[in-house]
Amino acid sequence: MATTVHEPPQIDPRRLPEQGHSGNGGWRNLVPADGDLRVALDHSPPASSSAIYVVLYAITMMFAAFTSALIVRKGSSLDWQSFTLPSILYFNTLLLLASSVTLEVSRRRVAAFMGGLKGHAESRARWLYITLCLGLLFVAGQYIAWSQLSAQGLYLATNPSSSFFYLLTATHALHVLGGLGGLIYVIRKLSKSALRRNTLDATARYWHFMDVLWLYLILLLWIKL
Amino acid sequence: MHDVAAHAAHHGPPTSFIRKHVFSLDHKVIGKQYYGLALVAALVGMALSWFMRIHLAWNSAAIPGLQLLSKNGAPGGVMTPEYYLQLMTMHGTIMVFFVLTTAPFAAFGNFFLPIQVGAEDMPFPHFNMMSFWVTFAGFVVLMASFFTGDGPTLGGWTQYAPLNAVGPVGGPGQGLGVVLWAASIALFCVGQLLGALNFIPTTLDLRVKGMSLMRLPLSAWGWFITSCMGLTAFAVLMPACILVILDHVAGTSFFVASNLVMNDQLLPHSGGSTLLWQHLFWFFGHPEVYIAIVPGIGIVSHILITNMRKPMLSQRVLIYSMGALAVLSYMVYGHHMFVSGMNPFSSLAFSFPTLVITIPSTIVVLVWTFSLYGSKLRINSASLFALGFISMFVSGGVSGFFLAQPSIDIMLHATYFVVGHFHLVMGVAAMFGIFGATYFWFPKMAGRMMNETLGKIHFWFSFAGAYCIFMPFHYLGMAGNVRRYSTFVDDFLQPLIPVHQFITVAALITGAAQLIFVYNLIHSRFWGKPAPDNPWEATSLEWSAATPPPWDNWGGKHPVVYHDPYQYGVQSSVGDYVMQASPEQVKTEHEEK
Repeated sequence: MATTVHEPPQIDPRRLPEQGHSGNGGWRNLVPADGDLRVALDHSPPASSSAIYVVLYAITMMFAAFTSALIVRKGSSLDWQSFTLPSILYFNTLLLLASSVTLEVSRRRVAAFMGGLKGHAESRARWLYITLCLGLLFVAGQYIAWSQLSAQGLYLATNPSSSFFYLLTATHALHVLGGLGGLIYVIRKLSKSALRRNTLDATARYWHFMDVLWLYLILLLWIKL
Repeated sequence: MHDVAAHAAHHGPPTSFIRKHVFSLDHKVIGKQYYGLALVAALVGMALSWFMRIHLAWNSAAIPGLQLLSKNGAPGGVMTPEYYLQLMTMHGTIMVFFVLTTAPFAAFGNFFLPIQVGAEDMPFPHFNMMSFWVTFAGFVVLMASFFTGDGPTLGGWTQYAPLNAVGPVGGPGQGLGVVLWAASIALFCVGQLLGALNFIPTTLDLRVKGMSLMRLPLSAWGWFITSCMGLTAFAVLMPACILVILDHVAGTSFFVASNLVMNDQLLPHSGGSTLLWQHLFWFFGHPEVYIAIVPGIGIVSHILITNMRKPMLSQRVLIYSMGALAVLSYMVYGHHMFVSGMNPFSSLAFSFPTLVITIPSTIVVLVWTFSLYGSKLRINSASLFALGFISMFVSGGVSGFFLAQPSIDIMLHATYFVVGHFHLVMGVAAMFGIFGATYFWFPKMAGRMMNETLGKIHFWFSFAGAYCIFMPFHYLGMAGNVRRYSTFVDDFLQPLIPVHQFITVAALITGAAQLIFVYNLIHSRFWGKPAPDNPWEATSLEWSAATPPPWDNWGGKHPVVYHDPYQYGVQSSVGDYVMQASPEQVKTEHEEK
């Protein structure tokens, strides 16, 4: 005969504020420089660290579906016409890679600030703005690539290869725009000193994922188109 | 319990009418909204099936009023063959998406998953609200196709290519109707992805103190596993729908092959792949079957345990089996394509996991059966529907053994045998899960009891009716009765028409019996007996909450979990059970390590 009463698991007392949730360390709020916790303790939902992976998984599945469509469509027909990718795409790739670096710099600075280092208090948002600009430049660069292709007479419906080019790059660009929205949200929260570590980390993971996804896409397009 | 008043709110209590009842952020209201949507959708779907059944049994009979729905589709109330297909497509789409996915998963999952894990709400209430309203918009778009252009699409709920992409030349509804269908389903996918974005983190991150994963009730496991399946499936169906829409509106050629002539017209498309659609669709489509049934498996286990007053033989085995169903469901989808021209070796590769997937299903049924053996089951509407679920799941599942084998499937595919199989195993079984869940949880959702007598009458009509309708389908299929025909004019089909007439009468009676349920639901909502907090003497956290639960579920005090979910058959101060949130120490032999 066993007794069924198990004591609740021991929770690390350093995890503050105590919420009773068994989620992990994403709960900590950014402590404002003036020490006023009022803004940090707003009525906001509890932190979730798994949500960003749910999002990234869904995006992965979506692009996996597009990729398999591309492979099947190319393999099943004789009407596939290859074309050279606009060279600005490679420049755009560099922009996006650079934006990942700047975001990482800013993430570390904000993390150091949250850890109590006052030195970066002034410049903590600067690198976020640089990331934002690089992201916008990337989307603008993609737009230029589309205009170059349409100037060559390659439109969405011209050929299956161009269909897939527009489809994949446009879907990716839309997701990058979503990431830019996330960055703006982070900057806004940071300026109010109400940013959660967890929000920043999730945004950074999303942004880096956009980076990796783009590398995959450009490789796929380079090989297949 | 410990005080969390300082942080009690994810979002403050709603004050305005719109925030309370329309654009609500509260997972409970959103769950009820999903339920309402599913109820309306189910009634529409049922009415469509009545129209079809009447037409199949009495071909020239006029259905009064049908001409008002479509002048061209049903002149004088008698439907054309094309309109029959249009109604069939809408019946399938409405039922699969807006009833079988919406009710067991989105409705009950939204209402009870956060409560069962001890949370105040989902982590992203705004996304949750969006999830419902996007799904609702999808339903409106689908319904709009009844009233625009030449009616809804006639391509079946699977929307096979190339018919889904050729445009108006393919028949009524193949132009605008398909675009609306694809837009509706794409919206539905967005809604379900947003749902999964809330369900998964709720289960992983928002569990209350003491609630380990293994202490989650089986229903919560069902919803969690389903949300993982939905995340994978709907993220693939959405791009597929986008490709269909592009083929229609942007002139691309994803799904239509070269030199296709239809209705004496050479189509401008070139080089598309028709099999591509089937692959994309069934990669979603087969898991969808489990998305409909796995929440039911969890809910039925939850109901049965409460009424057996003892836990299942093994909680863990049930959880693993549900997980195995989820994983395997992605490896079997090719069994829908045995006769599609796929490489025969692929058929073999898909046949094997299809036979393997019967193992976890069988394990689930065996665990239920042997747990039920010798238990003193409390008979009420909920437990009756739970038993009915098992019956339907087994009866429909057995025919799956036959269809899983390519050599037999070549004979049986596209006959009523298949229709009977999937209606029993995913349609009726899942519906019984929904009914069981309604009778079981209504007291907590509405704060009032449902009428048990009416519930039992509803059960017996539904149970007998479902068998009368769907068992003869198997016979029809073996006799060679092809599905999707609107009339049976061939000589070999003539002798089968009396069977169809029997099925139609059964469908009309069984359908009418569902109105008893609707009456019971509405009457009990307003005039039912007030429900106590724990009418079934159950153990899980939803029964620790007030009835109905306040906006933050717990009134500012989080529960702490001390026990495994199903501590029945023990001696405690309240009876033969001890609730998860009760710190009382009891002696028991039932313990899951």
